[in-house]
Amino acid sequence: MRLVAALIAVAAISLLHTLPVAIAVFSLTAVVAALHRPERRLWRRLLHVEAFILLLFVTLPFTMAGPTVATFGPLHVSSTGLWRATLIALKVSTSVLILLVFLGGMEPERLGSTLRALHVPERLSRLFVMTARYVGLIRDEARRLTETMRARGFRPRSNRHTWRSYGHLLGMILVRALERAERVEEAMLCRGYAGHYPHSPLPAPRHRDWAAFALVSGAAILALMVDRL
Amino acid sequence: MAHIPDGLLSVPVLLCGAGVAAAGVGLGLRRLDDRLIPRAGILAAAVFVGSLVSIPVGPSSVHVLLSGLMGLMLGTATFPAVLVILLLQTLLFGFGGLTTLGVNTVNIALPGVLFALLLGPAIRRTGHAATRAALAGLVGALSVAGTGGLVALSLAVSSSDYTPVAKVLMATYVPLMIGEAFVTATIVTFLARVQPDALRPATS
Repeated sequence: MRLVAALIAVAAISLLHTLPVAIAVFSLTAVVAALHRPERRLWRRLLHVEAFILLLFVTLPFTMAGPTVATFGPLHVSSTGLWRATLIALKVSTSVLILLVFLGGMEPERLGSTLRALHVPERLSRLFVMTARYVGLIRDEARRLTETMRARGFRPRSNRHTWRSYGHLLGMILVRALERAERVEEAMLCRGYAGHYPHSPLPAPRHRDWAAFALVSGAAILALMVDRL
Repeated sequence: MAHIPDGLLSVPVLLCGAGVAAAGVGLGLRRLDDRLIPRAGILAAAVFVGSLVSIPVGPSSVHVLLSGLMGLMLGTATFPAVLVILLLQTLLFGFGGLTTLGVNTVNIALPGVLFALLLGPAIRRTGHAATRAALAGLVGALSVAGTGGLVALSLAVSSSDYTPVAKVLMATYVPLMIGEAFVTATIVTFLARVQPDALRPATS
């Protein structure tokens, strides 16, 4: 449900063309995001994406033809380029915010059953659940391994020794993952695994969920229509 | 940056990417035996974790993609595995995007699968450790270069205004290529010594 709403919203946003609408949508999303008790992590992730946007800002205004706003030596800043870069920055930030607000707090197991309910191929959703389940475990294992490396006085530098050590670290993670996979598979077979799990059914969407869904997708479609007029 | 966020690409590029990704994922899933799903899933989790490790190269640091390695270990099952990894990264970290999921899957998985198919048999056959390491490094570097090329291509095709950005982006892939080459080479050498079976693709 939330997944579909987010998909509709994000798809609509990537079709926006005019700056005012993009600003409006962005501020709306930012307010909603702020109401959703923003964690510090969320903003950090947003900053990560902005690095790429910065790259666009640095290049686009100089390369697009259009009326000149300012001149730095031989370089002309064109207003078309500036507008374009602002528009893209807003669109991308809005999309990231939507994703984080809607899906950031969703636990992967629930998402697995959502995927199934959306008729994603059975094998793919099973693969997803499997991966989501073991990411946490393997991450802990990786943390233990890096701590051991550090305890032995390993300092990452830009040389072949570092790369080789990291290669061994990753290789070790993979070997352990494979062994774990074997054990898990045997355990699953022991319990009569026959190619599918019993899935716990999703809670049926309540009125509130339908209302939220209608609101989000309605707002997205409205924004798109205003944009095109 | 291999993850293109939402809101950048044009619709035809997005649809095209989704189409190719669906074909690749379909192929990978059909050839993936039911019993191999735990193995593929846990390997995908391991690669996900591996891609979080930042490795210093020169003045910058990179996160390895490991797409070439996945191609060697999983064969065509790399497509669904990459899709799952990207979906998780989108949900957990907000990298990449929902509408660009298809394009990103193709950009990362396709070069890995292709170069692993080309050079994989030679890597498995050779008994010479140095040759194996060199070939594996080549697979890693070429896969990253392929990904960089595809990312730049999808940007440039979307709108010609992005072409200069795409060029800058290609330059940022050079340190990643170096790091990826050395790391992939070491991993493959390590696996060949410790668990040679790991290098056989999971799909039969």
